[in-house]
Amino acid sequence: MTAQVITVTSGKGGVGKTTAVANLANALAMDGKRVVCIDGDIGLRNLDVVMGLENRIVYDLVDVIEGRCKLKQAMIRDKRYPELYLIPAAQTRDKNAVSPSDMVRICNDLRADSDFVIIDSPAGIERGFRNSIAAADRVLVVTNPEVSAVRDADRVVGILEAEEKGSPALILNRLNPALVRNNDMLSAEDVLDLLGIQLIGIVPEDETVIIGSNRGAPVAADGKSRAGQAFRNIAKRLQGQDVPFMDLEPQSGLWSAIQKITGRK
Amino acid sequence: MNFFTRKRSASSAKERLQLVLIHDRTDLTLEEMEALKDDLLKTIARHIEIDPEAIQIGLEKDGREQRLVADIPLRGAARRRAG
Repeated sequence: MTAQVITVTSGKGGVGKTTAVANLANALAMDGKRVVCIDGDIGLRNLDVVMGLENRIVYDLVDVIEGRCKLKQAMIRDKRYPELYLIPAAQTRDKNAVSPSDMVRICNDLRADSDFVIIDSPAGIERGFRNSIAAADRVLVVTNPEVSAVRDADRVVGILEAEEKGSPALILNRLNPALVRNNDMLSAEDVLDLLGIQLIGIVPEDETVIIGSNRGAPVAADGKSRAGQAFRNIAKRLQGQDVPFMDLEPQSGLWSAIQKITGRK
Repeated sequence: MNFFTRKRSASSAKERLQLVLIHDRTDLTLEEMEALKDDLLKTIARHIEIDPEAIQIGLEKDGREQRLVADIPLRGAARRRAG
């Protein structure tokens, strides 16, 4: 095995990076892939709670770097998928405890026996972000269809190009199809036109995401969740499969059946 | 604001972002852009006769590439022929 190292970043905070990492990792593990996630947000540890692994942490990324434990000892095994691991961020240290070359070294050690290494970058464009992209073979930029998030995403794309990391792929998260239909939200086409990068997935706004985070059970495993479906599709695309983009129009439930019968649609 | 006549917000978002991104990417403020236009016009006017009112200079976006596009109609030749 030679893992693909994928970094998920965004510029702006709160757009859903950590949710995306947890869900993509779960979806890849569901497909039988061996996956290691790294929380790159030193000092603001988050990926562990979203993945539901906060009670199992003994060692963290900085312990590995400073030689207090072996790499394997800091890899927490997921509850559901035995081939899914998390290397948590240190909570009591700051971002200067890690350097870009540390990240490259750790990722190279992980490459030999995993399929995917997924790095959750902190928000911003400073040290923690630089550390997170240092080892990346591929970068995914998460944004929301909002002016501030798109502007920050554009800054990050510009930096990635200047660093010769190649053109990243876009995850457009929390798209609300009803607002787009009313022309009160930027559409996927608008955001792609503005950013000028390729699209790897559109995740609709979906309340099951927060329910999944509450429980520490990412929605990728929930067959009924629309966001979960979107993340499973992105995971397939990361594996090189050609998956059509989801139809984000309202599903054909009872209400739309009634609308059809009464001719209201 | 009247719900039926208001301009939908997605188009304002897109228009505003288009401008902001062009300036973010080129790291050029509006004042610097104006200074650049002035310098360009002065230089061109030293060599050929131009109509300052008819000139359009601006930044345009092509994918992730930025272009400084100038449209400068010349009026010298036509006037010479007429005279």
